[in-house]
Amino acid sequence: MNILSYDNTLEGFFTAVFEVYEYKYLNPKIVRQSLAQNALFSEVTPIITQQDKADRVTQRLEKQIGKEGLREILFGFLSENENFEDIVFEIIKYGIEHPNQNILKNYAHPAVLQLSKWVKSVGREAHRMEAFVRFELLQDGIYFAQIKPDFNVLPLTISYFKERYQDQKWLVYDTKRNFGIYYDLKTVEWIQLDLEIKNITQKHDQTERKYQHLWAEYFDHTNIKERKNTKLHIQHVPKRYWKYLTEKRTF
Amino acid sequence: MNYDRIKEKLEILADAAKYDVSCSSSGGTRKNTNKGLGNSHASGICHTFTEDGRCVSLLKILLTNYCIYDCAYCVSRKSNDIQRAAFTVEEVVDLTINFYRRNYIEGLFLSSGIFKTPDFTMERLVRIAKKLRLEHNFNGYIHLKTIPGASDELMQEAGLYADRLSVNLEIPTQSGLKLLAPEKDHKQMIKPMGFVKDALVQYKEERQKFKSTPKFAPAGQSTQMIIGATQETDLQIIKVADHFYNNFNLKRVYYSGYVPVLSDTRLPALGTEVPMVRENRLYQADWLMRFYGFKADEIVDRQNPFLDLEVDPKISWALRNIDQFPINIQQAPLEMIFRIPGVGVKSAYKIVHARRFQSLSLEHLKKMGVATNRAKYFIDFKIQNNHLKHLSTIHLKQIILDESKTKYQKTFSNQLSLLNEHSFLR
Ligand code: SF4
Repeated sequence: MNILSYDNTLEGFFTAVFEVYEYKYLNPKIVRQSLAQNALFSEVTPIITQQDKADRVTQRLEKQIGKEGLREILFGFLSENENFEDIVFEIIKYGIEHPNQNILKNYAHPAVLQLSKWVKSVGREAHRMEAFVRFELLQDGIYFAQIKPDFNVLPLTISYFKERYQDQKWLVYDTKRNFGIYYDLKTVEWIQLDLEIKNITQKHDQTERKYQHLWAEYFDHTNIKERKNTKLHIQHVPKRYWKYLTEKRTF
Repeated sequence: MNYDRIKEKLEILADAAKYDVSCSSSGGTRKNTNKGLGNSHASGICHTFTEDGRCVSLLKILLTNYCIYDCAYCVSRKSNDIQRAAFTVEEVVDLTINFYRRNYIEGLFLSSGIFKTPDFTMERLVRIAKKLRLEHNFNGYIHLKTIPGASDELMQEAGLYADRLSVNLEIPTQSGLKLLAPEKDHKQMIKPMGFVKDALVQYKEERQKFKSTPKFAPAGQSTQMIIGATQETDLQIIKVADHFYNNFNLKRVYYSGYVPVLSDTRLPALGTEVPMVRENRLYQADWLMRFYGFKADEIVDRQNPFLDLEVDPKISWALRNIDQFPINIQQAPLEMIFRIPGVGVKSAYKIVHARRFQSLSLEHLKKMGVATNRAKYFIDFKIQNNHLKHLSTIHLKQIILDESKTKYQKTFSNQLSLLNEHSFLR
């Protein structure tokens, strides 16, 4: 087996794919660097990311599976699943064998089906972040929210926040992966914070708690007791998301 | 902000508004092009779910629960001895903006009891929408419930600022309305719907000539019917819904199982169970008409005026039309794939895509999300399907019921998807 490692970026992965064909590696296995290091692989060839090689792979793929197909691969990548490389490489091989077909429509193919499942879970997680994020207004006028998504979906949510909240400063921070997106009324930037986020309530604007309470009251009173259906409730808002939800916190 | 006073009003006026089941924020088209606040997401977003599992997308409140009318089915009716409250225009605007900025909601759903006159009330609803749009650059979703009897001028203005307008029919038949809301008449209820429909048509025409024609209720209009307060059959209800879909360009009809909150000899007694299964079946029927190509009279007819509560209306149709089955997965047209019990819209499309590549098996269908425990009795493959031997038996319904152990759960998990179009379409 020939093990190729790449730098945890999608461009790096595509570069590796390119080199597999360029250098005709036999039995190739592509792994991301962060996993290659602690694995038992004895011999690993590190791949240096090259934009032009990555571009050639994406162009070739786009011809066959379209922008939509590339988007599916991106979603698969953001799932951070350890089988991502194997599955997508298998799809690429399958595509080369059937060059004139949009192979991603063959849901009966196991690798295609696996990718479509990741697309579904990642899309759902991104959507849930957009829905469940709760901003808290801080003294310096920034609307702040922290998230800990199962998959790396923050990049997918940028356009949602950017299009919607244009006249307020905001910051959404992924505390699991330690990076965030910050909008300063002009542009959105990636940032890393080293401050302690735990005591954020001390930094609240003085009206913040009142609106949180009002929202929690509203949530309580818009419910119809006679129709209580806890099972359905939890199915929609799985418990792991409750930590985000102002209305689910007990004051 | 006088926190305590607002809190009290919010409690009363959210309580009074909650029986309106619609909370959809879909169909909005507003973009945030003015560097303002908000936009609307075409398919709507549920920001949370109540403990009864309903989508919370909008701040749904009444402007006031004072009312000069006395409709028997309504908690706000004049003769009901309850606490009354009224928001000011500023208070509603402030709550909407502050909830929106925190990503709690998609917008506002504002309705009201009728105080003084219909126009007096409607004018205030319109003023709130106008203030949000013009003074706060608010592009989020606004749904206004129009007040029966309000003038055409106010309706026209409401359409300029609102995304969706609705008039709740509440009681599906004229006789039911006479019994429970003698002060209202059917014609007066329907008139504003006709107005909105005409205004929508007019907007479309003018829009073709002048690009600058201001938007009119881009998310269209909807209505709600209360189920189980009077004696209507499902046939009557579905016919009414069908009529409104066809003649008033309605986007949605909502069905709300009657929650007995008042003691009145004309109504089901307090403590009567909310007809949730029936409500769910009606949503399924509605879905069949709107997305699966079924006609109203294929779903219920004079011989079968009520929907079967045990199985969903698609299975019910299949059982009554056994001669149309089995449907061949490999060759049948999409319209027929839609009609297979257990096959949803999404999996139907997956099937017609995937079958071009290879012959499909039951296992494939399962992986594509088909409820094969139901579908297997109704389909044919290239290879032989052993389940088909049951197709001609009279006990097929029982076989299906026995196999779906979780049928009760199923009922409710279907309902959730139906109420929240979002998750259903995903
Ligand atoms: S007019 Fe509306 S608010 Fe007033 S009693 Fe009738 S349904 Fe209730």
